[in-house]
Parts: sequence; C-alpha cells; structure tokens
Amino acid sequence: MPSLPPIRPEDEARAANLHEHGAFDPAGGAQGGALFEFLLRLGDDSLVLGQRLSEWTGHAPSVEVDLSLANIALDLIGQATFFLDYAGEVEGKERDGDRLAFHRDVLDFRNCLLVEQPNGDFARTMARQFLFSAWQHRLFAHLAASADARIAAIAAKAVKEVAYHQELAAEWVIRLGDGTDESRRRMQDGIDWMARFVPELFEADDLTLFLAEKGIGVDPNAFRADYEEQVAAVLREATLDPLPVQRPILGGRRGHHSEHLGHLLCTLQFLPRTYPEAVW
Amino acid sequence: MTGLAQVKEVRSSRAKSRGAALASESSRTITLGTNEACARIRQVLASVPDPEIPVISVVDLGIVRSVEPHRVVITPTYSGCPATQVIERDIRAALDSAGYRGVRIETALSPAWTTDWISPEGRAKLHAYGIAPPSRHAPECPQCGSANSEEISRFGSTPCKSLWRCRDCAEPFDMFKCH
Repeated sequence: MPSLPPIRPEDEARAANLHEHGAFDPAGGAQGGALFEFLLRLGDDSLVLGQRLSEWTGHAPSVEVDLSLANIALDLIGQATFFLDYAGEVEGKERDGDRLAFHRDVLDFRNCLLVEQPNGDFARTMARQFLFSAWQHRLFAHLAASADARIAAIAAKAVKEVAYHQELAAEWVIRLGDGTDESRRRMQDGIDWMARFVPELFEADDLTLFLAEKGIGVDPNAFRADYEEQVAAVLREATLDPLPVQRPILGGRRGHHSEHLGHLLCTLQFLPRTYPEAVW
Repeated sequence: MTGLAQVKEVRSSRAKSRGAALASESSRTITLGTNEACARIRQVLASVPDPEIPVISVVDLGIVRSVEPHRVVITPTYSGCPATQVIERDIRAALDSAGYRGVRIETALSPAWTTDWISPEGRAKLHAYGIAPPSRHAPECPQCGSANSEEISRFGSTPCKSLWRCRDCAEPFDMFKCH
C-alpha cells in the first residue's frame, strides 16, 4: 500500500485558494454548540474503534490476543458511553449515549478517519491501535486538566486505561516488525495503510482552537513533537520505516468519512434501528 | 463494628455530661442517628459481592466512596466494566430489602478509582480465592506462594486482570492489575 505523494509547494498554493468546507457541511459551522461537537469527536473516536476491535472477538490469533482486543474494545465503549451521554445532556434534546450511537447517520459522526479503517490482518489492526492510542493517551493526559470538570473526570479515568492499550500495541508493533520476514512485511504494510490518517489527528480547526483557548480542550499540536518522537522510537526498534511526511487527509471531524464507516454502522446500528423498542 | 463502637462512645460521653446545655445535647442526638444509619448502610453494602469476583464485597473493592443517611456514592472501576451496572442493581436490591428504599445511589467518576483502594481484607480474600492482589512487582503465585512468576497476557478474563504463570508450580493464575 503506497503512501500519498509528498506535499509540493504548488499543492500548498492551490490548497490556500480552495474552500475550507465541503458540500455537506452545515451552514454556519457547528450546529449543536462547540462543546457538543467536541464531545461527539471524543465519543465517536472511542465508539468506532471499540466497534472495530470487537469484530476480532473469536477470530484473533490466540486466546490471549482475543481477550486483549475485547478488553480494549470494552474500555473504549465505556469511554464512548461517558462522552456521548454527556454530549446528549449538553445538547438538551433528550438524546442519551445510546440514542447518539445508534440513531445518527454517517454524516453526523465526528470520529477521525484512522479509527474507521478496516481491521485488515492483525498487524494492520495493531498499527492502527498504536498510532491511535499513543495520540489518545496524550490527549486524555491533557484533558484530565480540562476546565470542564466532567471531561476532566472522564479523561483522568480513561488515561490509565489507554496507557495499557498504547503499551500493548507498541509491544506488538516491535515484535512483528522485528520478527520474521513475513511478520515484518505485514507490519510495514499495516503502518503504511494507517500512516495516511495520522496528520488528521493533529488538525487544529476553529473548534479545537476555540475550546483550547477556553481551557476545555487542547490543541493537539501541543503534544505533536512528543507523539512523533515516541512513534519514531518504536518504529526504529521495530526496524520499520519512519512515518512518511505527506499531505493531510482531513474530513472525519466534519462528517466526511471513508466508505468504511457506513458499513461499520450497518452492523453497529442494525438491531436498534430494526427493532427500535427492543430491550433485553 | 466500628459503627457500634462509635455509638457506644457517644452514649457514654452523653451519660457523663448530664449537665450539658440542651443545644449540645440535641446536636449529639443527630450525630448518633447519622452515624448509626451510615454504619448500618455500610453493613448492608459489605454484604453485596462483586459480581465478577464474588469473594470480595463492593466495600472491599473500594468502589463505595461515601455513605450518608440518604445517599451512597459509588465509582466505576474501569470505564467499560460491564459489572458496573450489575453492581448498581445489586446494591439497589440489597438496600431495598434492608429497608433503605429512600437511599439514593450516585455514581462519581472523580477521583478515578485505583486498586490502592482495595482494602487489606479485600487483598487477602483475593489471594485466598486464587487471584494475586495488585502488585508493582512480579506477583506471588496464589497456589504455591513462589514469586518466580511471569506474565502471559496483559489482559486476562476481565479488563481488571492480567494472566500470569508460576515458573515453579507451572500453574497459570490471574493478577488484579495495578490501576
């Protein structure tokens, strides 16, 4: 899987003249308020990745790995519940976490593109996990000091869980990268597939900067150097190529997703949409 | 037991200070009532087992953060722990059957739960049950007591446990992870 070509000066000049938003963007920016949008981003990242990981249940290479992936998924779904329940309260339209998870359409999801990427093989799943958890760990470490007490409480709790996710994924990247020819090739493929979606994690749009200024959120560029340093160190130890420098692929935070998210939501939302009153 | 001791102490001090002013007398009565109610609620909670590890109670686990006459505050262990809802339901049922229907159950996320809050009794019960209590070093094998153990998997049968193996008796065992 080749990466996108590097950014050329003429690309940057062209990008500067383009419209910032796409055809599906709501007029006037975020509709439900900045805090609601921010909580959707946090909750949807965890929800979508949790759903992706749960696809492994019963299919992982060994029972220990199966347990690991299911448990990481459980942590993520738990975080998503906290964030989306809070988002529903902020919105004030009587939607709770379940309602937001099961009854929103793909354009209303605010997760980053990285988490919705298909699992591929185990190496690709671990590449995604490592690149995401290393970012999420730093994000939550900052949000634990958020001016919003509820976000701070959720993040302070979740940061301890994500520390495990990050450690586990880094160990696998190194083990597979610095393993056999076959495992190294697959790990490199996995990193190449996922690396394209890393720049989006550091996108600092108006909403991010607004909330960072209020002390509620954080500009991810505050921990970008630290993140890149860790990723580089792990890839080096894994004898893999460093992350390529490339132009960012953006859109997830505004609801412009890859084809994969719709398929994921079909599975995730099938039951509550087909039997809206189902309880068990 | 602590609750009873407190009640006795308050009673005896009341007996000694018969000449005390009426105001102080009534404030003592309130303290006594509150302490007693809390102690009884605490006893009820101490009888509610953790659904995943039934040998320890929710009090041993350290998830009961505060007990007041009309309110019990609990905190989840892990964000995604499926036992959280079961625990809340079990506590509700225990309180109801003990006659504390008016006591609310509230969930607080902050400060975040840590394994440091597992009581010494809880740690002993875990060990006796075959689960190594949280430890920063290689855990002692609950079967043979050897500290010569190795980690097999960072995640065990539940998010809060990791899987270990004893190098001496070769038995696998769960360890409650430090969190």
